[in-house]
Amino acid sequence: MTEQATGSHHPQPRTRTAAPAAPAERMTGAQSLIRSLEAVGADTVFGIPGGAILPAYDPLMDSSKVRHVLVRHEQGAGHAATGYAQATGRVGVCMATSGPGATNLVTPIADAHMDSVPIVAITGQVSSKAIGTDAFQEADICGITMPITKHNFLVTDADDIPRTIAEAFHIASTGRPGPVLVDIAKDALQNETTFSWPPQQDLPGYRPVTKPHAKQIREAARLVNEARRPVLYVGGGVLKAGATAELRILAELTGAPVTTTLMALGAFPDSHPQHVGMPGMHGDVSAVTALQKADLIVALGARFDDRVTGRLDTFAPHAKVVHADIDPAEISKNRVADVPIVGDAREVLADLIVAVQADHEAGHKGDYSEWWEHLNFWRNTYPLGYEVPDDGSLSPQQVIERIGQLAPENTLYAAGVGQHQMWAAQFINYEKPGTWFNSGGAGTMGYAVPAAMGAKAGRPEATVWAIDGDGCFQMTNQELTTCALNNIPIKVAIINNGALGMVRQWQNLFYGERFSNTVLHDGAEGVPGSTRGVGSIQNRGTRVPDFVKLAEAMGCVGLRCESPDELDKVIAEANAINDRPVVVDFIVHEDAMVWPMVAAGTSNDEIMAARDVRPDFSDGAED
Amino acid sequence: MSKHTLSVLVENKPGVLARITALFSRRGFNIDSLAVGTTEHPDISRITIVVNVIDELPLEQVTKQLNKLVNVLKIVELDASAAVARELVLVKVRADNESRSQVVEIVQLFRAKTVDVSPEAVTIEATGSADKLEAMLKMLEPFGIKELVQSGTIAIGRGARSITDRSLRALDRSA
Repeated sequence: MTEQATGSHHPQPRTRTAAPAAPAERMTGAQSLIRSLEAVGADTVFGIPGGAILPAYDPLMDSSKVRHVLVRHEQGAGHAATGYAQATGRVGVCMATSGPGATNLVTPIADAHMDSVPIVAITGQVSSKAIGTDAFQEADICGITMPITKHNFLVTDADDIPRTIAEAFHIASTGRPGPVLVDIAKDALQNETTFSWPPQQDLPGYRPVTKPHAKQIREAARLVNEARRPVLYVGGGVLKAGATAELRILAELTGAPVTTTLMALGAFPDSHPQHVGMPGMHGDVSAVTALQKADLIVALGARFDDRVTGRLDTFAPHAKVVHADIDPAEISKNRVADVPIVGDAREVLADLIVAVQADHEAGHKGDYSEWWEHLNFWRNTYPLGYEVPDDGSLSPQQVIERIGQLAPENTLYAAGVGQHQMWAAQFINYEKPGTWFNSGGAGTMGYAVPAAMGAKAGRPEATVWAIDGDGCFQMTNQELTTCALNNIPIKVAIINNGALGMVRQWQNLFYGERFSNTVLHDGAEGVPGSTRGVGSIQNRGTRVPDFVKLAEAMGCVGLRCESPDELDKVIAEANAINDRPVVVDFIVHEDAMVWPMVAAGTSNDEIMAARDVRPDFSDGAED
Repeated sequence: MSKHTLSVLVENKPGVLARITALFSRRGFNIDSLAVGTTEHPDISRITIVVNVIDELPLEQVTKQLNKLVNVLKIVELDASAAVARELVLVKVRADNESRSQVVEIVQLFRAKTVDVSPEAVTIEATGSADKLEAMLKMLEPFGIKELVQSGTIAIGRGARSITDRSLRALDRSA
């Protein structure tokens, strides 16, 4: 590889006229940062101060518009910003200092990037003169986060702060949303500057397309009305675009089945008769099969993720694909689209409704009655279900199902990653948009507690349940202290099976039941302190840590539930506490598995409804 | 396997080159040659990237991903038949009193220039298409190439139209 003329690739000062909007005020860069945050409407910031960001925390103390929540770990700040953004639809904000403060934000930033969540991360940087000298707490966070942000900025001049903040919020929240990082050198925060709002934005290369192409919309409508076996494959983009009302109109207008991905739960009511469930590795048989047998897939704000498609070359072999997404790079990335539509899901759906209706009026309406016979057969024959363990222990699915059934109106749910996440997706009914938050693309264990905290901070009137696993909980539970001290009374259900359950499930199925390093509540066999092989209740383990005591130590109410008889009572007790965070340690059976399942790397045609049970598709593939 | 030449117009800001090259490497592309320089507009740099691809679909994907970079203004793929592409080489060739005249003859044949002479070597500057330069280097090889430095390809479309026109307008609007 050869490189030329990099020497000429230096920044050139650009002459810019000052915005005429408001008279400029003299202040420090740090003050202008806080004023900018107030001006863009950021009302909550999650963060931790430190050396380089210290100047910003001084004026922050005086702000009556921006509430700062002091978290216990920067990762918590990042996920809280994500939870806040998903619950409110606004941009979430987190703040950290340079070096380790900033690098602790890397995981939540990557997480928000994978799930297209609009957050702005503000980090302090060492003084501009010290950049590049390996100064104390220096890390090239712009370089580090380059592949996991939608965009990032390094600010070394106090004058650039308001414009950069305005641009960061604009980029984060428009087009395909995503995380934006603003790294500000300490001297830029300390130096004198002027503040005026709104600043002139300077983003000549950023022009997201939101208006869909009329010809493509007409073609999509024609395909919908010609199809015999269509499916509306709905992804998180529909939620982000606020297009759920339009989705429902289109669905009811066409009569086509709807499947909502893990990122889109709540975009279409689970109880709606046209909802055929969630697709994917642990999706409903009806939804997975609908996609496999479809002759038309209308993908709306979805990205044909491998967890949805299974083995790509055998995915939906008979289907034509209409793919609508605001990000042109998603279209035909994994599955070639027959009708590509670039646009905002809401505008796409609105135009599609009109076009489909025009076709109907012209006498072209799809007849899906035969399709529904098949769909209903799969739905009725292979409903979601679980077996209650016969040893009297708690079934994790039942715990999660009852939490959903006993929850007050307008309850929001955040899940960690693993078995409990899949069960929460399967056994709680999501009827409204913006009620379910999880780490879909990145699969970040430890997401639930801080994300629930962010959601509750953004929507204090709502009940927020974090459905967490004992593995996940031990990664980020310190934020319960933050919740207890800042009046953020979330509820946490620890689905405690004493193991890294999803990994254990794979070991159970694919590694000959060799449970290498997935037991959490016990040490290795024969090691002092381990109870393995000792005592009569083999699977109960050590109860280290004691989650009830841990919760109490952090200023929360700690409850425990071990048997089905006490289940409803304990959940009701947790629901009744609204002045403090509550943690419920549900001791559940450790061998429960998530079904249905499409094993990684196999075809969706190989979906197993339960262990050794492949649905009957009348295709002769059974053995 | 086919070679593609992409002309990428970007904002002339620090770190932009890193964003672009990092994108290529993380999407699994090997850059064949790369050249960066300013354009007639001081706020716009032009990056010419030659990339070898096995099939067209992933190139489309990388072009779309490039387009998403906030600092990227425009991407044009230059078709070899409708563009002029040039590289620059500086090459130091062993040449003593006996062989110097033969080396200089080759230099003249390829319309190259000798830019430095010493008793043991001459330094030659040559520009041209990759093919021409390759042919010249092949002729010089027997004399002994002591040092070779080569630029990335730069390329421009034939005809009166300019790929910077519309991007400049976008820049003016926002300025």
